[in-house]
Amino acid sequence: MKNFLQVIAFSLLMIGFFAAFSNFGIPEIQPAPPPVQEKLDLGAMTPERFITLGEKLFNGKGTCALCHNAVGGRAPPLDRVATLASERLADSRYQGGANDVQGYLVESLVDPSAYVVAGFGKAGSGDTESPMPNAAAGSIGLSEVEVNAVVAYLQDLAGTEVTVEIPKGTEGEATGPEPVTGTARTALASAEEIIDRFGCVACHKLAGKGGEIGPDLTQIGASKDASYLRQAILDPAAEIVEGYPPIMPVTYEVELYAGELELLVQYLAALK
Amino acid sequence: MTRKNKNFGSQSIPLRPRDGICGLYASSSRLSYSLSVVVLAILLLGVSTGVFVGAGDTVAEASGSAADGLAAAVIAPPELTAADYPTIAGVNGRVTVWLVAQLHLWFAAFVLAVPIFVFIIEAIGMRTRDKRYDEMAYEFIKISITAYSLTAILGGLLLFSLIVFYPHLFQYLSGVFGESMFYYALLFFAESAALYLYYYGWQWLQGGFRKWVHLTLGLLLNAAGTTLMFLANGWVTFMMSPAGVDPAGVFAGDTWAAMHNYLWNPINLHRFIANIAYGGSIVGAYAAFRFLSATRPEERAHYDWMGYNANFIAILALLPLPFAGYYLAAEIYAYSQQMGITLMGGIFAWLFIIQAVLIGTLFLSANYYLWCGMGRSDGAQRYNKFIKYLAIVIIASFLVWFTPHTLVLTNEELKVLGGPYHKYLGPLGIMPAKNTAVNIMILFTALSFLFYRRSNRIATVAWVKAGNTAQLALYTAGIANLLFLGVYHGYFTNTVYKVAASIPQVMTTLIVIVVSLGLDSAMYRGAREVAPLNWGRVPNRAQYALFLLAVAFTWLMGLMGYIRSGIRQHWHVTDVFRDNSLDAYTPTLGYAANVVSAGTILFMAMVIFIFWLSQVSSRKTPTEGFGNQAEGR
Repeated sequence: MKNFLQVIAFSLLMIGFFAAFSNFGIPEIQPAPPPVQEKLDLGAMTPERFITLGEKLFNGKGTCALCHNAVGGRAPPLDRVATLASERLADSRYQGGANDVQGYLVESLVDPSAYVVAGFGKAGSGDTESPMPNAAAGSIGLSEVEVNAVVAYLQDLAGTEVTVEIPKGTEGEATGPEPVTGTARTALASAEEIIDRFGCVACHKLAGKGGEIGPDLTQIGASKDASYLRQAILDPAAEIVEGYPPIMPVTYEVELYAGELELLVQYLAALK
Repeated sequence: MTRKNKNFGSQSIPLRPRDGICGLYASSSRLSYSLSVVVLAILLLGVSTGVFVGAGDTVAEASGSAADGLAAAVIAPPELTAADYPTIAGVNGRVTVWLVAQLHLWFAAFVLAVPIFVFIIEAIGMRTRDKRYDEMAYEFIKISITAYSLTAILGGLLLFSLIVFYPHLFQYLSGVFGESMFYYALLFFAESAALYLYYYGWQWLQGGFRKWVHLTLGLLLNAAGTTLMFLANGWVTFMMSPAGVDPAGVFAGDTWAAMHNYLWNPINLHRFIANIAYGGSIVGAYAAFRFLSATRPEERAHYDWMGYNANFIAILALLPLPFAGYYLAAEIYAYSQQMGITLMGGIFAWLFIIQAVLIGTLFLSANYYLWCGMGRSDGAQRYNKFIKYLAIVIIASFLVWFTPHTLVLTNEELKVLGGPYHKYLGPLGIMPAKNTAVNIMILFTALSFLFYRRSNRIATVAWVKAGNTAQLALYTAGIANLLFLGVYHGYFTNTVYKVAASIPQVMTTLIVIVVSLGLDSAMYRGAREVAPLNWGRVPNRAQYALFLLAVAFTWLMGLMGYIRSGIRQHWHVTDVFRDNSLDAYTPTLGYAANVVSAGTILFMAMVIFIFWLSQVSSRKTPTEGFGNQAEGR
C-alpha cells in the first residue's frame, strides 16, 4: 500500500508541475473568438470606412497579417505592394491576366500563384507556386466586397490612389471579428439632396446659382470626366484649379456614403 | 502438469490453465469486455446501417439500387445555430466529449501497441529459443488485457457522447463514413476473436507448428488492430483536411476518397510509432510498480529486466517520433499554410514550449534510467566519467528547445528589444536551432544506450581501436553537420526555407545512429564479459524515472490531442462544416492543460488500479473451515 500511495503522490506531483507550468510558466493568450456573421450597411459606406474595413479584414478574418508582417518574414511585406504592382505586371515571371494595379492586387488575393515574389514560393517550386491560399475560398472565404476592401486598404497603405469601386448596395453581408462602427444616417436618395445637404452651392455655382469661391460647376461635365470629379471630391488638394483658393473641405471622403458619392459624380458628369 | 516444449529445446515450462498474475482479473474482466465489445459493435453497426442517422442531412438520393445504400446518398453539412447543440443537465458537451475521447485514445493507444511488440518479442523468443522472451511477451499481453475492456467501454461512451452532444456532426460524419463504420464493427469482432485466441491459447499453442499458429494469430491481431486505427484515423483526419467533398462539404458517396484525405497517412505513421512508445512506457510503469512492490530478489530481477525492456521499446520508438512529427507538421503546412501557421506560429505557438518541457522530461528520464541501469554491472564504472558530459549536452539541448520563439510583440516590446528578436537568445528560438537541439539530444540518447550496452563487456575483435575511432569520427562529423545546417538555415536563409534544415538533419541523425549501432554490434560480437549484469541491482529512484516516462507521455499525448483538434478552430470539419456552438472558441492553453491534467489523473488512476489488481490477483487467502473442497483451490 505504501508503494501504491507513493506512486500516486509522485504521479500527482508531476501532473501538477505540468499543469502549473502551463498555467503560470507561459503567458496566457486568450484566442480571438470565432468571427461572427454580421450585416454590413454598404449603402452607408464611405471610402475611409471601406479602407478601415479592409484593414480589419487584413488583420482579422483575412488572416493576411499572420504571414505578411514585419516580424516573421514568411511572406513579402505589403506596405508598398500597390506601387510595385506595375513593375510586377511587366515581369516575365508574371502569369496572371491582370492589366492594372487594382486587377493585380485582386488577383494576388484570389490566385496568389499568378506572381510569386522571389524567395517566397513553395519549397522546390522555383517560386512558381505560392503557399498562400485563395483568400476568397476555404476558411478565409472573403466575399467580393471584402476582397475589394482589402485592395482599397493596400492601395491606401502604399499612398496610391484608391481605385476600387466603393460598394453602393443598400445592404450586404460581411464577416469580421467586430462590427464596423460609425455614426450612421439614412443615405440621401438624389444628387439634389446631397448638394443641398452638403451645401455645395455655398462655394460653387450650379445652374447659374451659388457662390464663386470655387469653380463653376454648371457645365463641369463638358470638361471633366467622372474619375476627375470623384478625385476632386475625395481629395480636393490633389489638383487645385488655378485662381481658386485650396479651401474645399477634405472631409467628404468620410462624410459621403459611397452610393451618394457615385450619385453626385454621375450628376455632375452629366452637366454638359 | 508439464509438457515438453519443442520450441525451447529441452526446457519445459509449466502449463498453467490460468496464470497467477493476471488470471483473476483477466477472467473477471472477460464478461465486461465481451459485453462492452458487443455493445460497441452493435452501436457501430447501427450507425453504419443508418439506425442513428436521420434523414435531415441527406439532401438527395442518387439514382441507383437500394443496395447502394448510404454510399449512394449525397450528404451535406447543415448550417447550425447554438440552439442545435443540446445542453443536458448543465453538462458541458465539449469537455465531456474531449475527456472521454482522450481517455479512449490513451487506452486504445496502449492496447494497440502492446500486441505489436508482444508479437516481436514472441518472435525473438522463437528465434533465440530463450523462454524469458516468451514469458515476458505473455506478461505484457496480460497487462493490456484488462485495458481492452476499458477501451471498448470508453469507445461506447464516446459514441454515446457524440450522439448526445453533437448529433448533427455525428449525423454528417456517419453519413460520410457509414460504410467504413460497418467494416470497423466487423474488424472489432475479428480483433476480439484474435485477441481471445492469442491470449487464452498462449500456453496451449506452444512448441513446433503450434507456436507458428500462435504467432500467426498475433499477426492477425495486429493486422486487425492497426486497420481499426487507420479507419478511425480516417474519420479524424477528414475533419482536419476533408476530401471527397465539394467546397460546400457535400459528400458524393466515395468513402475511400474521404478516408484517403491529405493528413491520413501522416497521422497513421505518427500514431503508429507514438503508440509503440506509449505502450512501452505504460508497461515500463507496470514493471516499475511491481519492482517497487517486490520482496524477493528474483522478483526484483525479473521486473528490473522487464522494466529495462519496456524502456528500451519506448526509447526505440521515441527516437524516430520527432521525425514523424516533422513530417506531419510539414504536411499540415502543405495542406494549408494558414493551418500550419495557426499550429506553429499563431495562438498555439506557446504550446510547443510546453511540449519542449514534456519531451525534455521524456529524454531526461529515459537517459537517467539508462545511467542508473549502468549500476547493474561493475564494468560500467569505466564509462561513469562520461555521464556528466552526456547530461550537460542533453540539458543544454533541452534549454535551446525550451527557448521560446519570438512571438507577436507590441511596439513597446520591440523598442525594448531593439528588434523582433532578442539580441542573444532570438536565434535559439527559431526552428533550425530547435531542430539542431533535438537531433543532438537524440544522438546523445543513442550514445547513452551505446555506453549502457558496453557496460559489462569488452570487445575482443582485432579492429577495436579502428572501430572506436570510426565511431568517434562518425559522431563528430554528424554533430558538425547538424550544427552547420542549423547555423546556415538559421542565419542565412529566408523563413520559408528555415524548416528545410530538418530533412538533412534527420538523415544525418538516422545515419549516425544506424551506422554506429551496426558498427558496435559487429565490434561486440563474441565480446568478453568483464562483470556480470546483476538484474535487480538498480536504485528505486530509477523506477520513478519509468513512472515519469509514463506520466509525461500520457500528459503529452493529451496536449497534442488538444492541438490536433484545436487547429480546426471554429470548424467541425475544416472549411466545410462550421461549429456554431457556444463552445466554438479555442480555449486557452491553461484551460486545455487543466482538462488534460484531469484526464491524465483519471487515466493514471485507472492504470494504477489495474496494476494493483495484478498484485491482488496473485494473492491467495486460505479458506480454512469454509466447505470441504476449499483448501488448495
